[in-house]
Amino acid sequence: MTIVATFLAGILIIVGSFFALTAALGLVRLPDVYSRMHAASKAGTMGSGLMMIALALVADDLATVTRAVAGVVFFLLTAPIAAHLLAKAAYSVGYKLWEKSVLDEMSDR
Amino acid sequence: MMLFFINVLLSLAWAAVTGSFSEINLAFGFALAMFALWLIREQVGTTGYFRRIQKVTSLALLFLYELLMSAVKVSLLVIKPRLDVKPGIFAYPLKVDRDFEITLLANLITLTPGTLSVDVSHDRRYLFVHALDCSDPESTKRDIASGFERKIMEAFR
Repeated sequence: MTIVATFLAGILIIVGSFFALTAALGLVRLPDVYSRMHAASKAGTMGSGLMMIALALVADDLATVTRAVAGVVFFLLTAPIAAHLLAKAAYSVGYKLWEKSVLDEMSDR
Repeated sequence: MMLFFINVLLSLAWAAVTGSFSEINLAFGFALAMFALWLIREQVGTTGYFRRIQKVTSLALLFLYELLMSAVKVSLLVIKPRLDVKPGIFAYPLKVDRDFEITLLANLITLTPGTLSVDVSHDRRYLFVHALDCSDPESTKRDIASGFERKIMEAFR
């Protein structure tokens, strides 16, 4: 049982760090602040969430497990709000969309 | 909501009777309390409660699935040598009108493949959504309307 949990936690950590890596890559490669927010909010949430679940799997005491699960829940709650607020703030101070963007229905409202 | 409270109370009672407040026992007590409420569903009118639980669960599962797909999609997109994005902002006409429903929908949209909610219009009729692939906004709108928005309305109305 503990061996299974250890292996599962190892896999989750590898997958989670892969997502964290792609989130960082996305921040560098994507063209504008709005596209970058996609990478940060999704791949980032996924990466840290998976790693915290891995921690919950191998932790010995219940307090750690509870806190890890609470961490995942709070990540899911806060990441989209942070991304949304950053994008909204960027738009209202006038950051332009990437020049090759295909559509902006927000500009005329 | 009242019934959910009763459910929690019953699970606490279970934990007190069995003398163990560990998470596993509490979860078991919750399931047991739910079963008890289910047994008397005809008498106390909890049928709606169970239908709602089912709807909320299916919304949560859809959300987790979409989150996974979205992370995979963004990762693949970022790893590809040629960056293939056609970003843009489209206006999504909202059918839900209560504050918390709009908030929920906006958050769910942010965590789904290639979409990020940027703002709500002042009259609260449109949600402005930034999409990484904005070449076909109509089909994205259809997906949101038939997916999350419908599920939210089923779960909370």
